[in-house]
Amino acid sequence: MEYINIIFSETYKILFLLVPVLVSVAMIVWLDRRIWAFVQKRQGPNVVGPFGLLQSLADALKYMFKEVIIPSSSNKVIFILAPIVTMTLALISWAVIPFSATQVLADINVGILYLFAVSSLGVYGIIMGGWASNSKYPFLGAIRSAAQMVSYEVSIGVIIINVLLCVGSLNLNDIVMAQEKLWFVIPLFPMFVIFFISALAETNRPPFDLPEAEAELVAGYQTEYSGMMYAMFWLGEYANILLMCAMGAILFLGGWLSPIEIYPFTLIPSAIWLIFKILFLFVLFALVKAIVPRYRYDQLMKLGWKIFLPLSLTWVILTSSYLFYFNLLPTN
Amino acid sequence: MLAHAIFFYIFSFIAIVSAIMVTVSKNTVHSVFFLILDFISISCLFIMIGAEFLGMIMLIVYVGAVAVLFLFVVMMLNVAQQKNQWFSARESSKHIPIGLIISVIIFFELIIVIGGWKYKPDLMPAVSLTMDKEISNTHALGNILYTDYIHIFQLSGMVLLVAMIGAIVLTFRQRSGVKRQSYFSQISRERSDAVEIINVESNKGVKFDD
Repeated sequence: MEYINIIFSETYKILFLLVPVLVSVAMIVWLDRRIWAFVQKRQGPNVVGPFGLLQSLADALKYMFKEVIIPSSSNKVIFILAPIVTMTLALISWAVIPFSATQVLADINVGILYLFAVSSLGVYGIIMGGWASNSKYPFLGAIRSAAQMVSYEVSIGVIIINVLLCVGSLNLNDIVMAQEKLWFVIPLFPMFVIFFISALAETNRPPFDLPEAEAELVAGYQTEYSGMMYAMFWLGEYANILLMCAMGAILFLGGWLSPIEIYPFTLIPSAIWLIFKILFLFVLFALVKAIVPRYRYDQLMKLGWKIFLPLSLTWVILTSSYLFYFNLLPTN
Repeated sequence: MLAHAIFFYIFSFIAIVSAIMVTVSKNTVHSVFFLILDFISISCLFIMIGAEFLGMIMLIVYVGAVAVLFLFVVMMLNVAQQKNQWFSARESSKHIPIGLIISVIIFFELIIVIGGWKYKPDLMPAVSLTMDKEISNTHALGNILYTDYIHIFQLSGMVLLVAMIGAIVLTFRQRSGVKRQSYFSQISRERSDAVEIINVESNKGVKFDD
């Protein structure tokens, strides 16, 4: 009986988290397309619902009623598993995101490592999809993305070390609380820039969308997918982008903290602040998509290994030396 | 405690079955996927005994990086075909004695380790280290790793560095005739050495040598 109660209350909490995440993923797709259109002096989706807000819903319905085609020469189990893996991995990482000091599904000791681990697993959905399709373009896309995501994960890891040096804990709430006086974006600004660019590469967003470069690879690893399975890839991708924005907000922009602790700002609940920060980062993501041309593959690799990695490693040495010299190292 | 036991048996069952499947499955790519499943369930077991840092590092390093490179190599080299050929050929039976000897040695080593642990529990004093319940797993690990075992830690780092340099030296080859992009020369290009205005006389044209 006790277990059943626990299961029910946990399911309730999970649904309370996941349903808003999924709805906001749909909304964020609309926002992305709108921003993209406005930069190019177009209207974007504006027909379904007010301002085209229900466009994603219409798209989802369309995908649902389309036939799911499984190529006969594909490896069927892995082919079906790939979008499920992408989607699951994009959603389970939301478990550790703190929306306020108490509103967090799982307040675990190694929250940031969990986020990092799950985002590094995200590459499997793409590799599985690309390989199981048993076709040339998806395979090339998968190989490209595997190399790309592994490369940029390294620099994201080193950037996380920078933040952890200033915090002294792997818990996400501790990381947020450590920024009470000063958001890490100010002392660690170069790291924030590198994190943002690496996040673009990690989520296969333009200008690093080589795994699905339309001009070269049709649609990369998604070429053979159709119907609901394609929609799941899509949802997983955007949920991952939101997650990366949330990670950036927590690591650098003070998570759920309000910018200034004075009267009108303290009225707004902390979850709203986190959502504002995620949205701010997402608008930056969308703008980059609209205004930056695609990188060449060797430039991408050069940027990751020869520029970002040495730079962020140097910054680790700088941060730790500074903290050590001025005796500011966190002691808990 | 019941739920704990159930989850323990689920994860260990998955770990053992996928470990067997790694060796049994014919398709090499499937083997790597089972290996990944094995790593994941092992890291779940780590987390269950309270070693959350080890579990997460296991996920990040083995699943997130090493297995991706495995998969990369296996997919690129088309090992599956070679493996099938090798299995169908008579050659594979030649290696059975060597494999048997190695597995017997590993089996006895395991027996020695587990037996020693079972019958002489005071053999290794490190096991009886008292854990401070106040600090987290990660803090405890850091406190030991960077104080008592700092030399071993740095030595293992050096070993990795040597391995990395060795791998780069072995695979690096200077190819001639490769066009490389140089940001410096791109940026330092001036208008004067890129553009030239020439008055072309009619009926004569211009002769260029670039």
